[in-house]
Amino acid sequence: MHLLKDDSAAVGVSSPALIERLGQQEFSADLAPSMDHLDQLEAQSIYIFREAFARLKKIALLWSLGKDSNVMIWLARKAFFGKMPFPALHVDTGKKFPEMYRFRDHYGKEWDLDLRVEPCPPIDAVDPTLPPAARSAARKTEGLKMALAKYGFDGLIAGIRRDEEATRAKERVFSPRGLEGNWDVRDQPPEFWDHFNASPPQGAHLRIHPILHWTEADIWAYTKRENIPIIPLYLAKNGKRYRSLGDQDITNPVASSASNIDEILIELEQTKVPERSGRALDHETEDAFERLRVAGYL
Amino acid sequence: MNMIVTPASSATPNGTTRPQVRIVIVGHVDHGKSTLVGRLLHETGSLPEGKLDMLKAVSARRGMPFEWSFLLDALQTERDQGITIDTTQIRFRTNSRDIVLIDAPGHAEFLRNMITGASQADGAVLIIDALEGVRDQTRRHGYLLHLLGVKQVAVVVNKMDRVDFSAARFKDISDEISAHLSGLGVTPTAVIPISARDGDGVAERTGRIGWYKGPTVVEALDRLEPARPLETLALRLPVQAIYKFDDRRIVAGRIESGSLLAGDEIVIMPAGKIARIKTVESWPVTLLAGRQGAGRSVGITLDRELFIERGDIIAHAGSAPRETRRLRARIFWLHDKPLAKGDQILVRSGPKESRATVVAIEKAVDPGELSSTENKAIARNHVGEIDISLSNPIATDPYTENPRTGRLVIEVAGRIAGGGLVLSVDAGQRAVPVDIVPVESALRPDERSARYRHNGAVVWLTGLPASGKSTLARALERRLFTNGGSPVLLDGDTLRAGLNSDLGFSAPDRSENIRRLAEVATHLARNGHIAIVAAVSPAREDRAAARRIADSAFREIHVATPADICEERDPKGHYKKARAGALASFTGIGNDYEAPQAAELVIDTSKRTVAEAADEIEQMLKASGVLFDEVVDLAANI
Repeated sequence: MHLLKDDSAAVGVSSPALIERLGQQEFSADLAPSMDHLDQLEAQSIYIFREAFARLKKIALLWSLGKDSNVMIWLARKAFFGKMPFPALHVDTGKKFPEMYRFRDHYGKEWDLDLRVEPCPPIDAVDPTLPPAARSAARKTEGLKMALAKYGFDGLIAGIRRDEEATRAKERVFSPRGLEGNWDVRDQPPEFWDHFNASPPQGAHLRIHPILHWTEADIWAYTKRENIPIIPLYLAKNGKRYRSLGDQDITNPVASSASNIDEILIELEQTKVPERSGRALDHETEDAFERLRVAGYL
Repeated sequence: MNMIVTPASSATPNGTTRPQVRIVIVGHVDHGKSTLVGRLLHETGSLPEGKLDMLKAVSARRGMPFEWSFLLDALQTERDQGITIDTTQIRFRTNSRDIVLIDAPGHAEFLRNMITGASQADGAVLIIDALEGVRDQTRRHGYLLHLLGVKQVAVVVNKMDRVDFSAARFKDISDEISAHLSGLGVTPTAVIPISARDGDGVAERTGRIGWYKGPTVVEALDRLEPARPLETLALRLPVQAIYKFDDRRIVAGRIESGSLLAGDEIVIMPAGKIARIKTVESWPVTLLAGRQGAGRSVGITLDRELFIERGDIIAHAGSAPRETRRLRARIFWLHDKPLAKGDQILVRSGPKESRATVVAIEKAVDPGELSSTENKAIARNHVGEIDISLSNPIATDPYTENPRTGRLVIEVAGRIAGGGLVLSVDAGQRAVPVDIVPVESALRPDERSARYRHNGAVVWLTGLPASGKSTLARALERRLFTNGGSPVLLDGDTLRAGLNSDLGFSAPDRSENIRRLAEVATHLARNGHIAIVAAVSPAREDRAAARRIADSAFREIHVATPADICEERDPKGHYKKARAGALASFTGIGNDYEAPQAAELVIDTSKRTVAEAADEIEQMLKASGVLFDEVVDLAANI
């Protein structure tokens, strides 16, 4: 898919966009500064965070340590003026990269997160008919279900995006899950005008997707603008970098020379390779991802 | 480093900002939406590498000829059924626009998904099969675009290859759909003959449609305008929550229209409380100095402590939304069970929710039918106009005045079941109960009066704060009870803690507060009790309304203690606070108390003891037939 470069990443006054805006302001000094694309995305995400916090009883944010969930934490801190008022849940497969664990331990403290780390069951306990990578992901789904049972969350905030993967494009912002954590794609309630279905049945839970409307390029442009810390694995070393971070054994780097965020943005402008191409599980069978999501995978 | 990502790159030929436009493609099932999308992605060079080959391989494996629509039908379930079941979002570029394309399903079964998609769109493409022509779902989608407020609609007449690219056939369809849309107040921006499968009219005017001179689909998309900011309208900041994470009390919400600035005087609806914006908070920067406009999610602090709750609307004084318990809306209905008169629903207007009753249903039709027959209930996927009676007052605008706050959704059993536009608000109207049949008491009034030795009455004590109303009321209550009567004290402040906790101190709220006091008191009086109401009740009009409700049982007592003495007493510290500016809408230090002109009794508590004042009230009640004198023949009342 053709990915959009984000013009709002431009901060130099040489930007024609900015000059045009400044020109407009001369005519209407009383108007508020206009919102750029990133401002709009941010405002929308903050609105979603506040709705989730207001309408659900016990929520947590799923912190995968990746670029998307770090942006989410940043947005949550914006929504609630500095401190995220609910736990950050890391469902730990135990197979993440060492850089990711270091990142978690450092920023968990620096961002004053209520961090809950929950383990996954052993791989033997998971459906052996699934292909290897999908089985690994299914294990994570089991870990998530155990964490849900332990804390009784009625809402989980997840950092999926519509542009990532065709199945995720079908998602709602507030997405109900069945009692088994499963997703019924055929019977999704309507969602319009930022009114969300926030009443999960007793014992079931909701997934809340505050950055569903963002793209990979948006995430990077915002990370740069806000100076949000990232795991260095995203930047190219020896001609390779990770576009998406999962478990060590089922995530592969892509060929790249992008060693900073600006270069990543240019790379995204030119590439037509999907973001999750380094994720083994997306390619095993045509419907592996869909089967996993119906079962409750993110 | 910034220069690398400036917008004036080669990809932006017009050298300015690239507006992002969200569009939705709608129309009858099988008229070719997914095919058009697949073709558009291909023509604009937006397909991911390998995707086309992958899908061609999948088609071959399944033994099916390749179809462009497979691009979107990523879900196996869809491929099995051969229909698109949900909204996906896909991005591509035209010359001067970044297009976010929302595909929406045409199958009637999935209208809720079409609405979910179309509600986010700035413009729409309505697709019609040249062979089949305008169908019920074509009309229905046209109607919904109007209800959802999507005004830019381009019509494409697809599958022109199936009608031999007949200009006459195209004109017939073009005329029919244009007439339908203009009837709804929608003017199509273009009507385009295409063959999505072969590519004619999509990005190119091919020879086969040589008779057509208008824009191609890509050109039509390129002319769409992005959503206009709503900043020029009046300020509407619906309150999402109040946060007290630290010593700040932050009122959080998204500005739906207008703009605000620290220092602005604001009014909080529906209570009508007035305050000033002290600061605009944010993080990591702590305070924002500039003006904040529509679309921003903000947090503000106010210059005074007021009771504010989720769902209130912050506006500028002078341009506040109307408070109402009655409204009329044009809605679409998505629930299996038709919406009927008398149904109990939950109405959401922004973060505000209120239980409601459907008082009337009008113009319930199937927008898909050519000649509409009106129904008594609004069936699934149909539309209609309804009158709603709300159990809580809400502040809202007609959608013609504010497209953001003038819309609502309806929930049934915790699930969104419909939505629509606010046509009008009926600010003066009270909630009208539907089919209420009051149950009569088992006792006759005379049975009670024989026991209590008094008739039922509403003793209404009005006067300035700290004039002595509550003290007198308590003394009277004690005395009546000692004599075997059945007095009930209704103190204004006590009721505000419970029954009236949803009310503030605006003029309409005060009126409502008085109305409820009068209703409760009258109910007690009709059942033989003496309701003693102690309430400032400053407005003459409100007390007159109370007298109308209680009718002949009403006894008004003006506790006319001089203002300076009241302020000196100040047992609740209200005068002090009000003088310091911390208590808005406080009656006492202004001139807003309207003294009664014809009260049954006037008492100045600075000149009498409590016992003396209670004697006077007792005398008045005897003289006016509420209390029975010793000489009254009890038997006469039986």
